[in-house]
Amino acid sequence: MSEVREPQETFARSEANTADILRERRILSEPLTADEARRKMSAMSRRNFLIGGAAAVFGVLGWKWMSEETKTALLRRALEFNERVAQTFYKPSRLAPEFVRDAITTPRVNGDAGMQGDFDPESWRLSVGGLSGRSDDLTLTIDEIKALPRTDMIVEFKCIEGWSMIAHFAGVRFSDFAAKYEPEGRPRYVSMATPNNGYYVGWDVESIMHPQTLLCYEMNGMPLTVAHGAPLRLASPTKYGIKQIKRIGRIEFTDHRPRDYWAENGYDWYAGL
Amino acid sequence: MLSKQLERKHSLTIRWLHWVNFPLLAMMIWSGMLIYWANPVYSVWIGTYQVLKFFPQWFNEGLGIPFRLAEGLQLHFFFMWLFLVNGLIYVVYTIVSGEWRAILPVPGSLKRALRVALHDARILKAKPPQGKYNDAQRLAYSSVILIGAASVLTGLAIYKPLQLSWLTSLFGGYQWARWLHFWLTIGFVGFFSIHVFQVLLAGWSNFRSMITGTELVEAEAAQTEVKA
Repeated sequence: MSEVREPQETFARSEANTADILRERRILSEPLTADEARRKMSAMSRRNFLIGGAAAVFGVLGWKWMSEETKTALLRRALEFNERVAQTFYKPSRLAPEFVRDAITTPRVNGDAGMQGDFDPESWRLSVGGLSGRSDDLTLTIDEIKALPRTDMIVEFKCIEGWSMIAHFAGVRFSDFAAKYEPEGRPRYVSMATPNNGYYVGWDVESIMHPQTLLCYEMNGMPLTVAHGAPLRLASPTKYGIKQIKRIGRIEFTDHRPRDYWAENGYDWYAGL
Repeated sequence: MLSKQLERKHSLTIRWLHWVNFPLLAMMIWSGMLIYWANPVYSVWIGTYQVLKFFPQWFNEGLGIPFRLAEGLQLHFFFMWLFLVNGLIYVVYTIVSGEWRAILPVPGSLKRALRVALHDARILKAKPPQGKYNDAQRLAYSSVILIGAASVLTGLAIYKPLQLSWLTSLFGGYQWARWLHFWLTIGFVGFFSIHVFQVLLAGWSNFRSMITGTELVEAEAAQTEVKA
């Protein structure tokens, strides 16, 4: 057994020792005979390697044997816990930084879920459900939406994939929209879907009422293109792009947590920034 | 003959924190790679020559990384709590227990750390004096705590760039925070590689001390502070 340390090393004695400067102390047992010391070390080794080995095996097998359903449920609960933490610290007064026009970057198109097939922007109408004093949907034209106060912002759009772009969005603050078309009661959520229901998102009311959440009809000084969600999309630095639904067909105020396309595909429902 | 002593090297707390941190850091890096795959934009260039791309296709495919972004995010945002709590306990414990004395560098440490490196490279015969750790180790162990803290902060800057926009701005904006977060991870990997290499060089008795807490040493009557 090689339990003997190497012989004293040559130290440069003239140099200061950090350990002395910081008054580090050693903790040493009483001197022991070689046999005694070896016996004590062996006992300690056995015990600690057993405990450590058991902990490692327990940890690895525990994770391996956990069923996929349990693991998924656990991770989903972690996301929901994170959502509660984020909501606890959320302040609507905090704004995303706005940029100058020169900072605008080349826009990128990513994803066309819910936007397949023929679509005629001319015949498009927005349906709004959950409004105060009516049980059926209200139908609005794009001109009725454009008649509401206009807001411009140049903000950084962030994709959950990790890339980002800076763009100029113009439209109607959702909060202005909701002031004009008041919801019934005090709904906790807003649900939105494309006209063909192929893409749908859910928003918590705090984020949708954020002053930088827009029902957007103009991007980088031009009317929205079809690829970017004409005639009306959501634009908001409060959440990732997956939540900024393009080609909105229906908006509904609701107390039930709405379905969400990407949340059903393993992503965070909240996706708040 | 009473020629041996048992030296208490690592407290039980430190040993648990150390070994628990290993799978936690591994999970953070692994899930980070699943996330990074979705926007893999970093590489190392010398002039116009790309030396290293993070990551080559064979690497991603060999490890089964592609198309697991959602899973990566789930894991990252679960294990981040455990990693954070383990790291916080470590820092608080190190301060309160006084064990910071063994790992903190002082102004002269850089010079002595260089001498340690020269000694290890067999260029210098004399080795600077040291306590439990030499000054190169002090620098390494202190740096890795800072890498951890900076990883948490840049991570927060990416995670909540609106609610914590002041923090994101501090790192130069969203994409710079992401860039820093990536390179801090490379820093962790670098630390880990050197650490494992050095542990292999140091040998069994040193390795075992991180499990048992104790190392067998030659009795040194002169400088002994008997405690146990």
